[in-house]
Amino acid sequence: MVSLDAHPEDWARFTPRQRMQRYAIFAFILIAIVWAFGNVEIFWPWLIDAPEQMADLFGRMVPPDVTNLRSILAALLETVNIATIATVIGVALSFPVAYIAAQNTTPNAATLWLGRFILVSSRSVNTIIWALLFVAIFGPGVVAGILAITFRSLGFLGKLMGEAIEEIDRRPVEALEATGASRFKIILYAIMPQVMPTFLAVSILRWDINLRESTVLGLVGAGGIGVILQGAIDTFAWQEAATVLLAILALVILGEIISAVLRKRII
Amino acid sequence: MLRISNLVKSYGSDKPVLKNLDLTVEGGLVSVIGASGAGKSTLLRCINRLVQPTSGTIELNGVDMTALKGRELRAARRRIGMVFQGFNLVDRLTVMENVQSGRLGYISTWRAALRKYPKADIRRAFDLMERVGIAHYANKRADELSGGERQRVGVVRALMQEPEILLADEPTASLDPKTSEQIMELLRSLSRELSLPVMINIHNVHEAKAYTDRIVGMRFGRIIFDDKPEALDKPAMDEIYAGVPAQERGDSSHAAPAVGSAAMHTS
Repeated sequence: MVSLDAHPEDWARFTPRQRMQRYAIFAFILIAIVWAFGNVEIFWPWLIDAPEQMADLFGRMVPPDVTNLRSILAALLETVNIATIATVIGVALSFPVAYIAAQNTTPNAATLWLGRFILVSSRSVNTIIWALLFVAIFGPGVVAGILAITFRSLGFLGKLMGEAIEEIDRRPVEALEATGASRFKIILYAIMPQVMPTFLAVSILRWDINLRESTVLGLVGAGGIGVILQGAIDTFAWQEAATVLLAILALVILGEIISAVLRKRII
Repeated sequence: MLRISNLVKSYGSDKPVLKNLDLTVEGGLVSVIGASGAGKSTLLRCINRLVQPTSGTIELNGVDMTALKGRELRAARRRIGMVFQGFNLVDRLTVMENVQSGRLGYISTWRAALRKYPKADIRRAFDLMERVGIAHYANKRADELSGGERQRVGVVRALMQEPEILLADEPTASLDPKTSEQIMELLRSLSRELSLPVMINIHNVHEAKAYTDRIVGMRFGRIIFDDKPEALDKPAMDEIYAGVPAQERGDSSHAAPAVGSAAMHTS
């Protein structure tokens, strides 16, 4: 047996050098935060009287004005339609993009990079920015809204779908290659069935997200409930704005419930 | 008739996995035995070009497989059925769809996509499924079946191709001993009934001797035994399974023990 005093009594998780590094990183983050606060020039008086302003705004919003309820509901329906149409188009477009962006199915290096470029450019631009662009091109209205949501969805859907394709079991693919099936038939029979569950789950999730994104499209004139909200805010019709906000809240909760039910059904 | 001559396969600049291999299969059941890494799987996959041979020729009933590309290659692959160790079925498709995927090389894309299989193919599928005892599973999903049943689906899928030769890569290695014997028995009787040449890679020498007409023993990319099962005696067995693969790869002569650095490729 080894005697006890042969063992050291001191033990440290980190070497002194590592400890210094950790302190340095910590100090750096602290400095960055302090610098960031100093840099953004917060106007403190406005922050301090925020509770007062909030109470005032709330007072002006109550009770919600429902005289325009009919047009609000119509706009709400338009919002749902924008989200749904954009999701359908996005899903349809995302499959070929996912196919060329997945390492195991892409035909060659050029298509791989093309796929990745499409995904990255779609995801790096916010929905509102896409909407601004499309409003400039197609004029205000639902077309710009649908395209904005579609373009934003494409990157999200394509990325997750591409990852699903990369994770498939390759063996059935090999088996169908051996039968003399063409590339497209292999996609139909060996790849599609394997990615279908992910495909549906991701599509439902994206529909849910799109529903929420569609509500703000109107702020830049791209259709939907946001148009009415913007109008109400611009005219200081706070009671109507309150109704719109409540309607959006109801819609989002409803969307959440529907997608939860669908997900449970499918998976 | 399958005639392989002077076949060489090497991966990159490594030592070849197959070395100037010659083999002719006219009919009956031929089993290929050998240690892991001997090149059995590579040999089988060269025949239907799932693996691209480096040089040499593979002639199936007068057609040189090695020279084919694209559409011609797919047409040639239809004539070669293949059965796999892991069955390689598409789990989420029904048994019927899996079986019909053996016809993908023959039917049009829209028929494949809509599952509108030709009547003759459906009849053939039921005949074959009946023959191997899985007809009552036609509408079940492939992943609901047991191992032995799944392999039967794999066999039927291959036979749907109306193949001129059947390749089986360790078809029983994932099965329990009893099921394994049933599958070997099935392959033997099907081979006789359809006068279909069958080439089986197999680890179980006992089964090879019991069920096949001819045994080919491979060792490190070469055929060192090719005779009737009765001729496979103890010395022949020792010869086939002797040695350390890495040693042999380093230097093909038996004497010099090289450093075991050479990569082991799949058998």
